[in-house]
Amino acid sequence: MELHGRYHEMAPNVVPMDYTKDPDVKLPMQLIINMPELKENPFKERIVESFSEDGEGSLSFNDFVDMFSVLSEMAPRELKAIYAFKIYDFNTDNFICKADLEKTLNKLTREELTAEEITLVCEKVIEEADMDGDGKLGFADFENMISKAPDFLSFSFMFHI
Amino acid sequence: MCKSQQQVQLLFILCLAAGIEIDGQVESDTQSEEDEGKEKISKKQPRRETVRAGRLERKKPQRDKEDESKEEENCPRQNRASRRKKHQKKNGDGKNAEVKERDKKASTKDQKNSENKEKKTNKKQKEGENKQKKDRKNSTSSESSNSFDEESLSEEELAMLMEQVEQRKKLISTMRNKPWRMVKKLSVLREAQAFVEKFEGALGKGKGKKLYAYKMMMAKKWVKFKRDFDNFKTQCIPWEMKIKEVESHFGSSVASYFIFLRWMYGVNLVLFGLIFGLVIIPEILMGMPYGSMPRKTVPRAEQATAMDFSVLWDFEGYIKYSALFYGYYNNQRTIGWLKYRLPMAYFMVGISVFGYSLMVVIRSMARNANQSTADGDDDNFIFSWKMFTSWDYLIGNPETADNKFASITTGFKESIVDEQESNKDENIHLRRFLRVLANVLIICCLCGSGYLIYFVVKRSQTFSKMQNVGWYERNEVEIVMSLLGMFCPPLFETIAALENYHPRIGLKWQLGRIFALFLGNLYTFLLALMDDVNEKLAEEDVVKNITRWMLLGHHNSSMGNSSADTPPPLDPADVPRGPCWETTVGIEFVRLTVSDILVTYVTILVGDFIRACFVRFVNYCWCWDLEAGFPSYAEFDISGNVLGLVFNQGMIWMGSFYAPGLVGINVLRLLTSMYFQCWAVMSSNVPHERVFKASKSNNFYMGLLLLILFLSLLPVAYTIMSLPPSFDCGPFSGKKRMYEVIQETIELDFPLFIAKIFSYMANPGLIIPAILLMVLAIYYLNAVSEAYQRANAELKKKMQMQREEDKNKRNNKINNNSMMQDLEDLLAPSTKSEIYPKQAEGKKIESPDQAVPFGKQGKAEVLNGSPMTTGRRAVLIPPPHLLVTQPPTPGIWAPYSYPDKPWPGGHSLGLVPGRGRGHPCNSHAA
Repeated sequence: MELHGRYHEMAPNVVPMDYTKDPDVKLPMQLIINMPELKENPFKERIVESFSEDGEGSLSFNDFVDMFSVLSEMAPRELKAIYAFKIYDFNTDNFICKADLEKTLNKLTREELTAEEITLVCEKVIEEADMDGDGKLGFADFENMISKAPDFLSFSFMFHI
Repeated sequence: MCKSQQQVQLLFILCLAAGIEIDGQVESDTQSEEDEGKEKISKKQPRRETVRAGRLERKKPQRDKEDESKEEENCPRQNRASRRKKHQKKNGDGKNAEVKERDKKASTKDQKNSENKEKKTNKKQKEGENKQKKDRKNSTSSESSNSFDEESLSEEELAMLMEQVEQRKKLISTMRNKPWRMVKKLSVLREAQAFVEKFEGALGKGKGKKLYAYKMMMAKKWVKFKRDFDNFKTQCIPWEMKIKEVESHFGSSVASYFIFLRWMYGVNLVLFGLIFGLVIIPEILMGMPYGSMPRKTVPRAEQATAMDFSVLWDFEGYIKYSALFYGYYNNQRTIGWLKYRLPMAYFMVGISVFGYSLMVVIRSMARNANQSTADGDDDNFIFSWKMFTSWDYLIGNPETADNKFASITTGFKESIVDEQESNKDENIHLRRFLRVLANVLIICCLCGSGYLIYFVVKRSQTFSKMQNVGWYERNEVEIVMSLLGMFCPPLFETIAALENYHPRIGLKWQLGRIFALFLGNLYTFLLALMDDVNEKLAEEDVVKNITRWMLLGHHNSSMGNSSADTPPPLDPADVPRGPCWETTVGIEFVRLTVSDILVTYVTILVGDFIRACFVRFVNYCWCWDLEAGFPSYAEFDISGNVLGLVFNQGMIWMGSFYAPGLVGINVLRLLTSMYFQCWAVMSSNVPHERVFKASKSNNFYMGLLLLILFLSLLPVAYTIMSLPPSFDCGPFSGKKRMYEVIQETIELDFPLFIAKIFSYMANPGLIIPAILLMVLAIYYLNAVSEAYQRANAELKKKMQMQREEDKNKRNNKINNNSMMQDLEDLLAPSTKSEIYPKQAEGKKIESPDQAVPFGKQGKAEVLNGSPMTTGRRAVLIPPPHLLVTQPPTPGIWAPYSYPDKPWPGGHSLGLVPGRGRGHPCNSHAA
């Protein structure tokens, strides 16, 4: 209910209050990323994209609820890891490769690191987490790494609803 | 409208429902109370045996009818997709009814129908459908004949039913763990709910359910409360936000200074409470008022100027004769109606100030040591964690976000510096030579400055004996010292650049060296003070004789004039008095502290703020770039500030015995400097060029503090144990030594046998063995801790090795796996989906193959990405539901075998096709 309220609020003229007729309504990404929860997030576009069914960033109400349920504090670690992987996988090739890492880093630091520093960090990340030696992180690598991180569950990757 | 609410509510429930039973408990929680009986899923029923089930069966038919209608009612609410799925399923059911026995076929059909479901759910679904089918049969028969046909269900079937219901419920409760789209979740949930509803509707509706729901709700509330409380607690930590802000811009090393400052403030606050509560306030409330006796009165000669600001500024005049200093206190054994033993309290507080500080410092050192060993070992994924988990998704405030960005950047920079440092390898001999050279240079510097101080102090002693010396001669020692303090640290820093240490280690060296320099400073000060005290003591003897004589004379004269009762009418201001060396020492310390505060603040103001302003604003009209060039902005001087703080604290510890008010001044100082320095840092400093991470435990600061504490304990202990207190001021006047106050208390206030025990305990024959015992204990504990450390290091090494091994193993395994998988692809295409269920699930790549009936396989292949499988579409064309019943002809896969890899020939060849067939069989049999 609460969520529907939020959803409705974002675009009162598009979203009907009445969901009995099962309308096929989607909200464009621009509206979603202006939510206070997402506004400051450097990965907001990616988040919305990876939750939207068509991959374009438009969210139906179901996708919207999906997003909140994954990012709620009660969602289990594995589920969060799956979606985190999707979010960090910028080019959606099911691997986090160097380009993805560079993008992540630039978003995190607002491009304040020099090129050498970025390459150094990316190399280090792959060296640390890449277990199968293919030069990029598969989901298994990612999960293995993230499951040992102390603060992955506690405060990162979580919303207040 | 109502229906839409139901829908939304259902979604919401889905979101909330999971206080998820990861541990496999089959209980979903809030649903039960939130759905207001709409969805009658029963939770948490123990498997009540067939007796109960039989009863259930009897009720079933009616329920079925209800459910049937309800389902239809639900239908419009569901999304199109789910409806479609349902529809398909019904079709499947119909077919199933026709070909009852061929379960295998049905299952393949199911797989086709539900495109991207996991195998597990497929199975469940299939079973569910079978059940539904049976169910429908039941219901139709019951409709037609209106008779119960539970006899037609055998016991076995009942048991199976129960099992399936359990499975369904498990599915419901773990629904949220599955990375599915919400649409799918919804439809599956609905199905499962409907199913469960049918068979379990009657169960679990007792009181237990409500109680359980209530319990769950309370548990959830409790969790929430705990989190809120944690938040509240962090909010209560003073200056946490300020420090975090500084940390995010300047790195953890600068923040470590502020954390240290905060800790200091806490300690001083406790000391302040101790001294004020137990000494100053009782004295003010219950002691004799000002002016009642000589030690509490300003002498006649000084009264005229006692209120002048310049006098007060030097802590003379009224301030000198106030409760802030030692001399004000009376030696009366007990004061007030409480019989408060003030001298005793004074002594004990003086001791306990040191005791408490020692305890706190050592305890926090121990805790830091614990921490550093506790979480120091998991450093395998520094960069990865920084990359993927550093963003706090809760941030919603632009300012916080800015801070977070800054802190993440600094964090990365810190790690990069660490990394570069560990990777550096250059000429080790050259570096060693440079380090030795640097140390030699610095030792020379220290010796030189030590000699200089010694020389100056000697000279000042000769000066002090001469008359009419100039201003420079009088203040020579101070000037030399402050010059040394000003120029030596930068000199050390330049020399330290030779050594090329990691900045963190460099900081420690720097701290140690400046510390050595300052120690010389401190001890010359103390020596000068000692000289002063000795002089005062000599002077005191003279005054003592005078006073005694005077009082005697006065007494005699008053005896002659009036009755013996009247007190001597001599005004307290007129009584000649001794110099009271304790107060002098106290004043000295207070002055030192205050001037230190002023110097610090002025330095910050001029050196940082004015400079920053100058650089910032004059830069517009200057010939070179001021910001990048010579003056630039100041960096925050961590070593200087930490040492300033440590030495200041040393002064406080030494002085607090002679000037109880000193701690109050210090508390004020720390409080203001917290705000002032935070402001100065944020406004006018720039981060270090190489931002480096502070070591997790600031035990080095603590170590310095402990050393200073010990050093400041020495002079105080010396004065207490071996100097006679002044005869006419302070709580211990009239005694030979200060510690006699304890003996006095024991003798007068305690029963005799306790006094005896004390006297035995003070016996050297007991004390020496006790000390020996302690030394032995220390030795033993030290040995034990060393052993632990060694074991720790060993374990760490082992873990590292194991990790490497894992990595290697995994490498090999994955190679093998990929080969096996390729083979399996070839042989049994339908099993392919099981190998990559997650990926097929998680990614919805819109591959053009999706229109093809084998969309699933096509997708899996795309995901797999190996050119071999994608190139082999032709092989897959035969419809998969015609099972691969015959072993594949070797011709198909022979071209794709790996000629270059050592392949265990016949054995694995036999195994692999078997596997290929085995999988679908398994999935159907289950």
